[in-house]
Amino acid sequence: MSQYYTATDHFVLIPAIMLALFGCAILLFDFLVFPSPRQRKWLLIFVALGEGFTCFGLWRQYAFLSANSLPELTAFQGSLTADGFALFFNLMFAAAALIVAIVSYRYLEIEGEHHGEYYALILLAQCGMFFLAAGTDLVTLFIGLELMALCFYVMVGFLRSDKRSNEAAMKYLLLGAFSSGFLVYGFSVLYGISGSTKLREITAAVAARDPWDPMVFLAVATTAVGLLFKISAVPFHMWAPDAYEGAPTTVTAYLSVASKAASFAFLLRIFAGPLGPAREDWLPLLIFVAVATMTVGNLAAISQSNVKRLLAYSSISHAGYMLLGLIAGNDTGIKGVAVYILVYTFMNLGAFLVVVALRREGIIGEDLDDMAGLVHKSPGYAILMLIFLLSLAGIPPTAGFLGKYYIFLSLIQTGHYVLAVIATLYVAVAIYYYFRVVKTMFAGELADHEPLASSFGLRLALGVTGVLTLGIGIYPEPWLRLAQTSLMR
Amino acid sequence: MEQHLLSIVLFTPLAGLLVLLLIPSSHKTLIRAWANVAAFAGFLVSIPLVLRFDKNIAGFQFLERADWIPSLGVKYAIGIDGISLLLVMLTTVVGFLAILSSWAAIDTHLKSYYAMFLLQQVGMIGVFIALDFFLFYVFWELVLVPMYFIIGVWGGPRKLYAAIKFFLYTLAGSVLMLLGILTLYFQHNQQFGFYTFEISELMKLDLPLGLQQWVFWAFFLGFAIKVPMFPFHTWLPDAHVEAPTAGSVILASVLLKMGTYGFIRFSLPLLPKASIDQTIVGVLAVLSIVAIIYGALVSLMQQDWKKLVAYSSVSHLGFCTLGIFALNPNGIAGSVIQQINHGISTGMLFLIVGIVYERRHTREIAEYGGLGQVMPKYATVFAIAMLSSAGLPLLNGFIGEFTILQGAFEANRAWAAFAVMGVILGAAYLLWLYQRTILGQVTNPKNLRLPDLSLRELAVFVPLIVWAVWIGVYPKPYFDVLEKPVQQIVERVRPGYFQGGGAPQRAALPASRPQGGSR
Repeated sequence: MSQYYTATDHFVLIPAIMLALFGCAILLFDFLVFPSPRQRKWLLIFVALGEGFTCFGLWRQYAFLSANSLPELTAFQGSLTADGFALFFNLMFAAAALIVAIVSYRYLEIEGEHHGEYYALILLAQCGMFFLAAGTDLVTLFIGLELMALCFYVMVGFLRSDKRSNEAAMKYLLLGAFSSGFLVYGFSVLYGISGSTKLREITAAVAARDPWDPMVFLAVATTAVGLLFKISAVPFHMWAPDAYEGAPTTVTAYLSVASKAASFAFLLRIFAGPLGPAREDWLPLLIFVAVATMTVGNLAAISQSNVKRLLAYSSISHAGYMLLGLIAGNDTGIKGVAVYILVYTFMNLGAFLVVVALRREGIIGEDLDDMAGLVHKSPGYAILMLIFLLSLAGIPPTAGFLGKYYIFLSLIQTGHYVLAVIATLYVAVAIYYYFRVVKTMFAGELADHEPLASSFGLRLALGVTGVLTLGIGIYPEPWLRLAQTSLMR
Repeated sequence: MEQHLLSIVLFTPLAGLLVLLLIPSSHKTLIRAWANVAAFAGFLVSIPLVLRFDKNIAGFQFLERADWIPSLGVKYAIGIDGISLLLVMLTTVVGFLAILSSWAAIDTHLKSYYAMFLLQQVGMIGVFIALDFFLFYVFWELVLVPMYFIIGVWGGPRKLYAAIKFFLYTLAGSVLMLLGILTLYFQHNQQFGFYTFEISELMKLDLPLGLQQWVFWAFFLGFAIKVPMFPFHTWLPDAHVEAPTAGSVILASVLLKMGTYGFIRFSLPLLPKASIDQTIVGVLAVLSIVAIIYGALVSLMQQDWKKLVAYSSVSHLGFCTLGIFALNPNGIAGSVIQQINHGISTGMLFLIVGIVYERRHTREIAEYGGLGQVMPKYATVFAIAMLSSAGLPLLNGFIGEFTILQGAFEANRAWAAFAVMGVILGAAYLLWLYQRTILGQVTNPKNLRLPDLSLRELAVFVPLIVWAVWIGVYPKPYFDVLEKPVQQIVERVRPGYFQGGGAPQRAALPASRPQGGSR
């Protein structure tokens, strides 16, 4: 029996076990110990403990790897790995999940949908993300993807009495299932080529064939479509604005940050692994998609009047920038994607948290007009939002600049000058719509005198994201080293 | 203390800003007083730079180097030479005077207003002292945000449009400049095997002409939009007209100089081959001349006092860029002097518009007339500012324009001929403006009771007038500090220039002939 579940397997799997365990514990405790809605915020302790144990497990893996200077630790006969890449992304997921969890209780109370399952779903979705970042087997990856997606389908539709939320969940479910179909089809072709589901073996089998072999091309095309759906790249982005707008804002924040990071981890695993040898197949395709994504994301964001939709389109354009890192494909590019994910996590979460605070009893607070004159009412929130928006646009000395810096540098190193020029010019476009929000906040007439829905958790989370967004920009060294670990594989 | 002099100059406004944030918004007088104290302190700490500056040293002084982001090879490297010394002093002086001039003009959101100015000071000083391209870029971008708010919150009726236009224009240019910077950074690694943004290291690069040209155009977009040079100037009138007075002063006096400084500090020394390329020099000289004449002609047509001054900036900065691309010691030294001059004169002109605007809330030239009758001190100050801007001998503008024209003449006689027309037109629009607003009888009864300059207002002008006269009468110290750095730049762009390649009799440098130095 022991050969099927070795100590190494356990060591690699322990973060996922912890997430699943605490997720289930929340479900149990929710109705056994905390029957009254007012007590539910204590469930946060379980989330915090779960994240604590997960991070401890990740830290032990990291310590083990660096102590033995190993690039990676494989488990389950090569279906799961603990390498720097997986560790880095898992750390990001943990940060995002924790921040989202601690801001949610007040928000869900206002929405009147404060249920214990919510926290369980956060942890279980993160468990799925774990497999997306650490999986090296098509089946493991796919199960991780579906676990994550299923949790999100439920979370997006969490406001049961809200039509928009239901509609968003339905759209997300249908399109998500549709894209998963493409992905599985691509996986089946890859399996057909190699006779294995292990990424390593598939890579070898694809490398042995001509890139223009029809089977390889079919596999590349279908897999790419599936993956591009997940990161909401144009032309497969249609679900994102609707899902982002309809979902509870805290879920939108989680979706736009953690789910996107996980999908990127997945995408990088596949494109740098099995599809790597067929680079000449997908490079033109990805270049087209990246430019289209930046174009549509940035141009569509200009005319939005709903802040969540605006941020949805902006997050689409960010996916375009991250794709450029993969297009460059060198170490700077891959590290650039990691740095981008790192800074994006905090700045985008921060921007959504301000929107969370705008939701009050009787005020939906998602429209641009709801932010009008925010600086007169809550100057702290307005200034934080300014910092997040500057960072999203990539203006130094905020963190967002570093993400863009790496992407631009990698494009120049690999000679993609035209792409670099396009990408930089869209920064100016982005500033235009981000500053529509700034303009409203700082120059508009005060929209209402109702104070913002603040809570200790929200203030803490905003403080952390704000300090990090500015701090990473001013003293980036330790964070760049952290992102450097993602190249360990 | 001694070795961190420059850091102290850089961070004094920031320290002032942090203290300012602690003052409760209700204490308006305290906020005003503190902001003035902080800005004045910013000026005081910069005085030792002048006292201890050694004009005989070629290269940078007050150097400081420390690791900032080792994994990118980014250093906190700062230092100044004569060119940056003058611009830093201009920043600290004009920055203080701009804050002083806002005492009565601004009454809303005071704390944020002064905070933005102090933050802006940090950014501008940083731009002029950074010796690491990354650091430079950070400061360069840092300047945008405070200026956006200064225009967008405290500006005139179309302030939001003007603010975002300013932001987008300059940002679009500077992100392309970033690509140029990254190209040099990457090339340096290709040639020397390590990544660095330090200017002194990047100067060792040997790049083919084609690549230099591409990088030059990338830099050009960043710098030319900031200056602004001719086809990119359209953001400037809007920004100036809508900005509050102090914002216009800073914008014209210091912010625009970031562009010309960029050309001198980065484009020329880092891309020497591209900088003497016939096409590039030709294009830049033509654009400069177009700016000189076009800016002056448009100024002549203006009905709006402030817009007139704004367009005169386009014209004057055309002289500065023309001087730079004359690529000889006279041209470049004259350009730097003219940058300082423009800071002084145009700063004064904007303050002058601001004073009547505060009293009458209109900038229509037709609304005024005969102000000399009711505001004699004002008329005197205006006369000095106007003559200094028009380039009257014994005032600063003459020295700059004359030296630039000399440089342009050495480079190409046609350039000088066209540029001289700019001088004539400049005198025309300024004198005509003066005539329409100050001379004659009071035409508009509303102007009969306008109060003359108060002591505080006069206090803002006095240092600028003194400075203008000083440069006009005795410019030698300025040419002295510029001599070495300008020599270095010319030598870098045109090796052998001083050994008889160019114009040997000119090698003595303009220091020896402050005025009327005919051949």
